[in-house]
Amino acid sequence: MKRAGFANYWLPILLLLPQLTIIAVFFYWPAFNAVQSSFYLQDPFGFGSQFVGFENYADLFASKEYAKVARFTLLFTLLVTATSLATALLLAVKADKVLRGARTYKTLLMWVYAVAPPVAGLMGVMLFDQNIGSVTDLFAWFGYDYRLGVNYWDTAFAMIIVSVWIQIPVNFIFFLSGLQSIPQHVREAAMIDNPSGFGRFWQITFPLLAPTAFFLLIINITYALFDTFGIIDTLVKNNPASNPMTLVYKVFVDGFRGNDMGGSSAQSVVLMVLVLALTIFQFRLLERRIHYT
Amino acid sequence: MANVSVKNIRKTYPNGTEAVMPCNFDIADGELVVLVGPSGCGKSTLLRMVAGLEDITDGELQIGDRVVNDLDPAERDIAMVFQNYALYPHMSVYKNMAYGLKNRGTSKEDIDHKVREASAMLNLDDYLDRRPSQLSGGQRQRVAMGRAIVRDPALFLFDEPLSNLDAKLRNQMRIEIRNLQRRLGVTAMYVTHDQVEAMTMADRIFVLNAGRIEQVGTPSEIYRTPASTFVASFMGAPPMNLLPATYNGNGSVHLNGETSLKVDAPKDHIGDIQLGIRPEEVKLATGKSATPFKLELIEELGASRLLHGKLAGHDFTVNAPNNDAPLADNLMLDIPSDALHMFDHETGKRL
Repeated sequence: MKRAGFANYWLPILLLLPQLTIIAVFFYWPAFNAVQSSFYLQDPFGFGSQFVGFENYADLFASKEYAKVARFTLLFTLLVTATSLATALLLAVKADKVLRGARTYKTLLMWVYAVAPPVAGLMGVMLFDQNIGSVTDLFAWFGYDYRLGVNYWDTAFAMIIVSVWIQIPVNFIFFLSGLQSIPQHVREAAMIDNPSGFGRFWQITFPLLAPTAFFLLIINITYALFDTFGIIDTLVKNNPASNPMTLVYKVFVDGFRGNDMGGSSAQSVVLMVLVLALTIFQFRLLERRIHYT
Repeated sequence: MANVSVKNIRKTYPNGTEAVMPCNFDIADGELVVLVGPSGCGKSTLLRMVAGLEDITDGELQIGDRVVNDLDPAERDIAMVFQNYALYPHMSVYKNMAYGLKNRGTSKEDIDHKVREASAMLNLDDYLDRRPSQLSGGQRQRVAMGRAIVRDPALFLFDEPLSNLDAKLRNQMRIEIRNLQRRLGVTAMYVTHDQVEAMTMADRIFVLNAGRIEQVGTPSEIYRTPASTFVASFMGAPPMNLLPATYNGNGSVHLNGETSLKVDAPKDHIGDIQLGIRPEEVKLATGKSATPFKLELIEELGASRLLHGKLAGHDFTVNAPNNDAPLADNLMLDIPSDALHMFDHETGKRL
């Protein structure tokens, strides 16, 4: 194949410049700054900084608080990913079988996607509020004293529920289109070959859905780890520090509330490494992604 | 192996469309029945009703000695071959064939034995570990056949299985399927829109039109005595010539007043009729009693040639042997009286 080339050496660079500028200004520069300041101990009032080497990292990994937040983040990510994927899959399988009013049904399930995370968080606050929350009332009816923002696990519960709720539509759309791309005649052949609907789902439908499911798994892990910031912020804002938070939120709290720029930078560098690892993992597996056709 | 018996079976959709009008038929044990008709005639719907993939609105369907109306497809003891093969893309050829048996609790040794037997029969031995995506169209079609064979069902259902293959492969697979079905002796229903497939494969043909069975018969019955103008024009290539004519009741039909043709048996239907003449039953002639034909176009088919033109002012086709003789524009045709088919000019029914 003949490769098309530019006659002028500078033209391609000129064309790439806007993109490169954006990446440089909004990613490389802040990233470099973060790495740099993670090696310094900064005066909270900005009067100066002192080079401390890996001390910020050493403090981080020795910190019981950080370990606790990391453990919670892991649990949070697992629960949010598993619950939202499972619920969305169930809904998609059911929606796929709906014949009448299918469009209305699907739209109803999808519109949640349009709700911005902080708004979702706010709705969470309203629902789970100690005084006016209807979910709190529901728990009270069962005899449980639900306290958002006071009880660690009660807050965690609200965080997980709201995060799952907002993520279900995305997963639903992908699962549904994945299901609908499974050829009808393959399903019919399976109906003749296998009397059990349960068996058909796990042996035929699910394996054919696996590429979609894997893609969504990665998307959901990323979402739970990083994109839930808005929801968490709205739910735990102005509340005692005994509340659960994720690693990303802790970066913000330590850096901007605690004014510990060095420690916060070290945390964000750790997160950057985590994202990098996740990305490599995703690309490796996507390359070997199961291709059927 | 079993016979199939259908009593007053019909299919109506919720919006009122009648896809299959009430019909009755029986299929004998080991018989291959071809359902043929243009697209939208209900032939696939009828087959899918037998398979259990479509609900039966009314009537009774019996396979063997069981009424299977309310049974799931998997419980009807049938195997189906689909137009798009419908292989499981994530399974090897071996697993594709074994899947139906595995779900019925067949032992591993039995499955292996049956799959190997089928693969030997279908020349698939070298491909058992491959995925369907690594096979050619013809090979995929064989795997689909294999999947049906290993099950050893009471009834084979074929839904246009050869439509996706190229012409050469189609001819070859046609013969293979026919031989296989004979050898196994399994009753079969075969849906196609290709009348050549229908003629060559069937023990009996069901011609369907707009949800109704127009005619049931052996290929030669369908060809020799079509029950209606629809069957006459659908079965046979090139199709039968149909001309408007009048019958005077005393042994001759008139085409637009001047041209008249002798008919064998006098029929009691005097007045307007539709006259059917097969292109291959007409011969070029020179005699005085012959009918004039104005030649407009010649289609060379190799062994024969098709002469398109006008007979008594109507479009007419003649299938003449190809002897390379140059032809004049005005020809004479010898139309034997036993080549004439008479149909009612309104209902199209055979008279």
